[in-house]
Amino acid sequence: MDSIIEIIPAGAEIFLLVMACVILIADLLVRQSDRILTYVLVQLTLLGCALITVGTHEDGVVYAFNNMFVDDLMSDVLKLMTYLAVWMMLVYSRHYLTVRGLFSGEFMVLTLFATLGMMVMISANHFLTLYLGLEVLSLSLYALVALQRDSAVATEAAMKYFILGALASGLLLYGMSMLYGATGSLELGVVSNVIDSGEASSDALLVFGLVFVISGLAFKLGAVPFHMWVPDVYHGAPTAMTMLIGSAPKLAAFAFVARILVEGLQPLMQHWSGMLIILAVASMAFGNITAIAQTNLKRMLAYSTIAHMGFLLLGFLSGGIEGYGSSMFYAVVYVIMSLGAFGMIMLLSREGFEADTLDDFKGLNQRSPWLAFLMLLLMFSMAGVPPTVGFYAKFSVLNAVVEAGYVWLAVVAVLFSLIGAFYYLRIVKLMYFDAPESHTPIAMGTEAGVLISVNGLTVLVLGLMPSALMSACAMSVQQSLLVY
Amino acid sequence: MIFGLPVISVAIWLPIVFGIMVLVTGDDKNAPLARILALVGSTLGFLVTIPLYTGFVTETSEMQFVELHDWIARFNIHYHLGVDGISVLFILLTAFFTPLVVLAGWQVIEKRVAQYMAAFLIMSGIMIGVFAALDSILFYVFWEAMLIPMFLIIGIWGGQNRVYAAVKFFLYTLLGSLLMLVALIYLYNQSNGSFAILDFHKVAIPMTEQILIFIAFFFAFAVKVPMFPVHTWLPDAHVEAPTGGSVVLAAIMLKVGAYGFLRFSMPIVPDASHQLAGVIIALSLIAVVYIGLVALTQSDMKKLVAYSSISHMGFVTLGFFIFNAYGMEGGLLQMISHGFISGALFLCIGVLYDRMHSRKIADYGGVANTMPVFAAFFMLFAMANSGLPGTSGFVGEFMVILGAVKANFWYAFAAATTLVFGAAYTLWMYKRVIFGSVANSQVAELADLTAREKLIFAILAIAVLGMGLYPLPLSEIMHASVNDLLVHVERSKLPL
Repeated sequence: MDSIIEIIPAGAEIFLLVMACVILIADLLVRQSDRILTYVLVQLTLLGCALITVGTHEDGVVYAFNNMFVDDLMSDVLKLMTYLAVWMMLVYSRHYLTVRGLFSGEFMVLTLFATLGMMVMISANHFLTLYLGLEVLSLSLYALVALQRDSAVATEAAMKYFILGALASGLLLYGMSMLYGATGSLELGVVSNVIDSGEASSDALLVFGLVFVISGLAFKLGAVPFHMWVPDVYHGAPTAMTMLIGSAPKLAAFAFVARILVEGLQPLMQHWSGMLIILAVASMAFGNITAIAQTNLKRMLAYSTIAHMGFLLLGFLSGGIEGYGSSMFYAVVYVIMSLGAFGMIMLLSREGFEADTLDDFKGLNQRSPWLAFLMLLLMFSMAGVPPTVGFYAKFSVLNAVVEAGYVWLAVVAVLFSLIGAFYYLRIVKLMYFDAPESHTPIAMGTEAGVLISVNGLTVLVLGLMPSALMSACAMSVQQSLLVY
Repeated sequence: MIFGLPVISVAIWLPIVFGIMVLVTGDDKNAPLARILALVGSTLGFLVTIPLYTGFVTETSEMQFVELHDWIARFNIHYHLGVDGISVLFILLTAFFTPLVVLAGWQVIEKRVAQYMAAFLIMSGIMIGVFAALDSILFYVFWEAMLIPMFLIIGIWGGQNRVYAAVKFFLYTLLGSLLMLVALIYLYNQSNGSFAILDFHKVAIPMTEQILIFIAFFFAFAVKVPMFPVHTWLPDAHVEAPTGGSVVLAAIMLKVGAYGFLRFSMPIVPDASHQLAGVIIALSLIAVVYIGLVALTQSDMKKLVAYSSISHMGFVTLGFFIFNAYGMEGGLLQMISHGFISGALFLCIGVLYDRMHSRKIADYGGVANTMPVFAAFFMLFAMANSGLPGTSGFVGEFMVILGAVKANFWYAFAAATTLVFGAAYTLWMYKRVIFGSVANSQVAELADLTAREKLIFAILAIAVLGMGLYPLPLSEIMHASVNDLLVHVERSKLPL
């Protein structure tokens, strides 16, 4: 009986795993013309997961599987956002994938497995669980990027992604093993206690371990100097996969960083905060400056992601709940914006044509004022201009940075945002000030059209009323992360 | 209260709602509807601000018509609006100009009419928000939001080099604003977690920090004013913007920067303001004298008026930073008067440009022969721009010079040269454009003002003359607030 109760906190994960296997088998019996059945089934699965997550929510922090797994408010909020992001990705990409012949059972099952990986990462309370979740996610993503077999670019991207990702995993594992050697445990809370009480066997080993773990984290986040894979993968993968890589996993990455650094290695903060400053500043500088030179929108967004991840890391510096809450808010907002931006690329694409160069956005205001307006909102939000929600994301992180006493860092961050504003502004300029190059009517599905409208307007509405989401993030971090 | 709704909120949101309605009319085939809707919206937008004037209590420096609601609880940010004697006049000015801008673009704007009209309506609401915000983050949100419609206005409906001008305008102003944001966040952490501007006024800050904050604010506000040497975006933006854009830029947007000095820099960091007043005064005098000379050499009418704007705004900042009542009230009056005059001059140039599609002074000559009514109006505004007594241009300049004499004779001396240069560049331009024999066949075919244009100019002429002959109602409104501000600025805020 105990064991049944024990697994309840992981109900959503188990349900998803079972459904993924069921769908994998069921899909074998479905003809391509009826593939929509699988699609509906996947959506129902996500809905089911959401219901289970909400249903099994309990106040406080619940551990399961010998403290390897944790269910708290932060994990529930992040998981719900993950379901939403994956669902939106599915809706945006249905038409796009169908015309490219990629709308297959494998795509959907792999997406579900990737989701499972993210969920495990979000709920991990143990280095091994974290690693397990990360690998489930990464392996699914490698396969998804390579799904377009006949495309050389996609295959190349998948290779790069796989090799660099494997290297990062190796670094991470190596670091974890050192931490284990120093503390004698892989459980986050225990590791933290051991370090805090000064019982760790060797400080040098701890710091070495920390360096490796941080390098691994930086790889997965795509922070400079571990960013090399990001532009190539974003560019090479089919846009639907890019959207998947660029959205929900950022939430898992946030959880990943928060679990390791805050729950596990908070006592080493004086060491990791310095490393984070370097990673953050380098990412913002490199990401923003290099993005200016891009002519491909997907590549540009890849560099912009690097810069955004740098900004996200800043929130961790303050070492306080406010700061972690601001990072979480940043991650959530970033996911909303990036879904919209990649969604727009897919909406403007059509059979045999990728609308992924900057020139494809020329004169969009004349072709479709509504889509241009939505894209304008998304771009200004990414640049952090009010009244869009991107501003509050930047604002809350900056506030955490200033609170931690790093005013100079805040100034550096805003200066790089200014550089960033330039390339976002260029998209607006192309859409509004230039004449269109093609007059092909924009063929978008109703559901994707509605979704992009909701997505774009969300950026504005959250910008006018950011309070609820901000408090939700702050509260979930507050109730979940143990801060010493 | 208007129909049970708070006045300032109505003044902000009514134009924005109308702007969205105009936007919804969509295509250019609905252009007449868009125009009418825009005119109705902007006129209503002006009418609802009248209670701010009639209901204003001149005896107090307290904030009036205050609205206070929670907005972002986590950071203690409020939807906090209110006006005092300094801000109320600019709200009226903003609302006053919007219908004129709509009328000015009535026929000239032919492509994407709805978007054009909507941009101005939305901007009007946002600018009123800037003047009325009492929470610094609310202020910041309005302040930045203002950039988006202006960026589009310059970039879509502007002239040849519009994209360059729009991007330059955006990035220049964004740089300043972002530094201001850091300063605001710093102040928030110093003031026990409040973003209220009035709470910032009370925070004690050490000198080094004061100077850094002053510099951050200075970047934000000086770019908007614009002060020498960060003024270079203005001539570009003006020349490339459509007439309505130029009017809004000159008449209102420049005032936002100067207003920022009064609301933020001076009361929040008074010691740094005193310390650095010399620098600001020097920059202001450079603007007055040097930019005045630059204006003299311009061959493009719009550029000339743009430089004249910078020179006149130099007067405003000079008036503020000599820290006496004459200077400050003079500066404020100068801001309002410059709003009317520069707006009117840009509209005059717009009238000529619509007919001839040239802004070059050399392409004109003898316009008085074919457009006598226009020539008369233009004459009045040109005279006002050179500071002729009896027009609004005289009052502010005279008071600032008076204040400057009290501070330092040479300040006043340098500032007074503007009366010479201002007259020189404005009247010389006027002479070359309007007088003489008819220059070419195009000028010979010019048609005089239409009824719509006459209406616009008549309203502005009344404003310019009325303010020049009887400025008392305006200075009465600002009196209490200005005195209070001066007292506040004299008090040191260094921690004991």
